[in-house]
Amino acid sequence: MKIRTIPLTLALLASSAGLAQASGLPQTPPPYFAANCANCHGTDGKSAAAIPGIAGKDKAWLEEVLKAYKQGTRPATIMHQLAKGYTDEEIAILADYFSRQK
Amino acid sequence: MNKFNPERRRLLQGIGASAAFAAVPGSALAAKSKKPVGRVVVIGAGFGGATAAKYLRKWSHGAIEVVLIERQKEFISCPTSNEVLAGHRKFETTVHSYDNLKKHWGIKVVTASVTDVDTEKRVVKTDKAGDFSYDRLVLSPGFDFNYDSIAGYDEKARETVLHAWKAGPQTLALRKQLEDLPDGGTYVLSIPKAPYRCPPGPYERASLIASYFKEHKPKSKVLVLDANDKIISKEKLFLSVWEKDYKDIIEYRPKWNVVALDAASRTVTSELGEKVTGDVLNILPQQRAADIARKIGVVNVNDRWAEVNWITLESTAVAKVHVLGDALSAAPLMPKSGHMANQHGKAVAAAIVEIFSGREPQPTLMANTCYSMVDGKRAIHVDSVHRYNPEKKVPLVVEGSGGVSKEASVEEGIYTRAWATTIWKDVLG
Repeated sequence: MKIRTIPLTLALLASSAGLAQASGLPQTPPPYFAANCANCHGTDGKSAAAIPGIAGKDKAWLEEVLKAYKQGTRPATIMHQLAKGYTDEEIAILADYFSRQK
Repeated sequence: MNKFNPERRRLLQGIGASAAFAAVPGSALAAKSKKPVGRVVVIGAGFGGATAAKYLRKWSHGAIEVVLIERQKEFISCPTSNEVLAGHRKFETTVHSYDNLKKHWGIKVVTASVTDVDTEKRVVKTDKAGDFSYDRLVLSPGFDFNYDSIAGYDEKARETVLHAWKAGPQTLALRKQLEDLPDGGTYVLSIPKAPYRCPPGPYERASLIASYFKEHKPKSKVLVLDANDKIISKEKLFLSVWEKDYKDIIEYRPKWNVVALDAASRTVTSELGEKVTGDVLNILPQQRAADIARKIGVVNVNDRWAEVNWITLESTAVAKVHVLGDALSAAPLMPKSGHMANQHGKAVAAAIVEIFSGREPQPTLMANTCYSMVDGKRAIHVDSVHRYNPEKKVPLVVEGSGGVSKEASVEEGIYTRAWATTIWKDVLG
């Protein structure tokens, strides 16, 4: 649901000669919501504590496990409740994102 | 956006952007040493502000300059401070440095108090570190107490009657009072009407202090005076633990609103005129957004909290000022928690990066998890996922998501401590 009318200042910003590319700003929005997982699983999924890390795990496995939590077929203390907050499409994005973290 | 004022020039010549980035070899920030696209000043380096600062740098790949202003030299965690009160954790483990925000992320961390903000000229004034201009301001100031809500809670009374609801010297002072309490003494904890910081926090505190008494002062009592109608978080779980483990220690009185106290006789009085005397009084007055938020003009709900646009977390009262954390007028069922403030910080960072990138910010999902220890080993949790509702223009709990523990468990106790370790690193590392 993109809003078409971009305020003037934004339009000016966007027009300033490939600003995003030149400056390091992202050219397209990254999946910001993946950072929701970082509170418990570590920044970019890299955990150094008892809660397991999820960085660099197999993409298909991550997606399957999250969907199983969501459906309640995989036991958990908390993930079966949190996974229900995400659509299948969002789960696929999360799986892709964390599988690519080194 | 790129007005080059003297303050910015000074900054760039000092710990300037390129120098700071060069100190992070191999990181995404190292290669980006160009002129910043703008500057964000963040006030308050708690769970909300420090997260916003870090993620602004991370997601902009260093393109956005970030100045983080905090009056404390170190981060002191409120979550886990109840464990310190019970003697289950050393205070030092709750204290963390801001060094990694400087070293890993090139954030300019300034130790100073903000005295005023000129929201027209967009300048933040501090007591001892000079002025900082901004393109966007992020305000994560936490809360302040409304001491006027309890008669007699004056400065003299505050020397002996503690809140310990902002972790720090008060945490240690209350621990000392509990250690000094003779076996058989009564500890009184009073809870203000919601909303306040950390809804399950008082019930966790009651549990943990009861756990300490059970082991070390078995004749002592915990008396909980709650201004709310009932336990407002994880009610059944807390009641079940109290019934099973602390039956002769904890006494819980709902709808008991403390309106007056007398520090000398250690007596509190309820709205209905009932009186209670204890040996250690731990009295939490009502709370409101911190005074600096009021001064900046963002407090526009009941003269207590700040209302925001829930996509950008920008104040509905003052342009280019984003507010987060406990100071907010919260969305439905959204607690004032450190975890939530961290999520607010990420939402703000995402919105500002999108604005600087020339795009319209889109709503992002937020999630909350609050663990509570109930003794030295076991814990319980409550969690929720919040999705922006375009009609109501506010995040709402996703239907069917979230919930609480089945029962207190050692496994969740381990996760509680892992959560703390991990979120501290997510906020500060």
